[in-house]
Amino acid sequence: MAKNSEAQKVLFGPIFANNPIALQVLGVCSALAVTSKMETTVVMCIALTFVTAFSSLFISIIRNHIPSSVRIIVQMTIIASLVIVVDQLLKAYAYDIAKQLSVFVGLIITNCIVMGRAEAYAMKSPPFMSFLDGIGNGLGYSVVLITVGVIRELFGSGSLFGYEILPLVANGGWYQPMGLLLMPPSAFFIIGLFIWVLRTFRKEQIEK
Amino acid sequence: MSKGNDSISKTLTVVISLCLVCAIIVAGSAVALRPQQEANKALDKQKNILLAAGLLPAEASPSDIQSRYKDLIEAKVVNLETGEYVEGIDADEFDQRAASKDPATSIDLTQDQDVASIKRRSNKAVVYLASNEAGEFTSYVLPVHGYGLWSTMYAFVALKPDANTIINLNYYEQGETPGLGAEIENPKWKSLWVGKKLFNDQGEMAIEIVKGEAPKGTEHKIDGLSGATLTSNGVQYTFDFWMGELGFGNYLKKQRQGA
Repeated sequence: MAKNSEAQKVLFGPIFANNPIALQVLGVCSALAVTSKMETTVVMCIALTFVTAFSSLFISIIRNHIPSSVRIIVQMTIIASLVIVVDQLLKAYAYDIAKQLSVFVGLIITNCIVMGRAEAYAMKSPPFMSFLDGIGNGLGYSVVLITVGVIRELFGSGSLFGYEILPLVANGGWYQPMGLLLMPPSAFFIIGLFIWVLRTFRKEQIEK
Repeated sequence: MSKGNDSISKTLTVVISLCLVCAIIVAGSAVALRPQQEANKALDKQKNILLAAGLLPAEASPSDIQSRYKDLIEAKVVNLETGEYVEGIDADEFDQRAASKDPATSIDLTQDQDVASIKRRSNKAVVYLASNEAGEFTSYVLPVHGYGLWSTMYAFVALKPDANTIINLNYYEQGETPGLGAEIENPKWKSLWVGKKLFNDQGEMAIEIVKGEAPKGTEHKIDGLSGATLTSNGVQYTFDFWMGELGFGNYLKKQRQGA
């Protein structure tokens, strides 16, 4: 079953072996902005996975008809349309979260992971594989974001998904939260550490 | 990619048909989801009014919010010039933001008047009168807005029936710097406003946001937000304007005399 194993590689490869954030260091900007709370983090991951998967799918379907002179614009049009649809859906069904994510949903359009996969993979591959590749990369992005989100929310606010895990001093508990973790720069440190750990176990990722 | 794709006619066909398809999808989703989004906005507003009035229990469901709003809040339209209630307008339908854009229903503020940088002010505004479950009148909830550093900041101010003491200040829509100016939404900072008095004994607007920590026990002074001087100024100007003569000043004066 050669096809099956290739599909597996495409789907699961980006999670650790070829992680878009950790190895390619793409799409870090949104990872900084939305990870201070798990709720927004998870919604952002779902939104990005959805957009990457479907933009790859649609681009792949019409890949043999895209004139190479305007291919980036064509990709952007498809990605932008999908992002607007996602944004509208969030505003309709998850208003509070949409308010918190505000501009970052719109910024998925310029997320390098989506563009990168469209240009590097979907333009050359059949639809189904492109779709899997999109999901795989979305998952890779999600793994990093959720890791960062767990650390930031747990140690920054003492809670997960808004539920208190470490009782805060302010509420009569013992935990003094680390304010730095709520600031965007902390995500840089955590992603840096994540890459360090990953490359310790997967030496082939170390750049010479 | 075959060479035929790069001919001008093929390029145009692909681009135009793609645009059409995408436009239909985007427009379709926007139109189909609008009612739901409007409902969310309205609900969010009701929630913030109840929050300001302190009438919202934690973890209220959307239907709770709607029923509490219906039972406890009475919206009324006020003519800002005279400070009198205007009858015959459904306050829940009245859209102050739209009204302040229309020259027929708003005034253009001169530079001296426009301390809060809002450019135009509608002639009428909505106030929300909140009562508790027992039916006693508990608070005025006034909508205010003003420009901070990056954005127009919208808030509800809840006042005790003396039309002077602040029960709550609830900023609910703003685009200030997260972590600095956006701290106006921080519950800790909001709690500093509780119990402050808007007006001094002479009836002048006396709220003052000071740099650093406000002295303890003062009735009018509030700590400024560190690292967010311009946002703090924006909040100050918002109060200067809306509690002044061009804002709710006349209305509140009438209420104080009546009370």
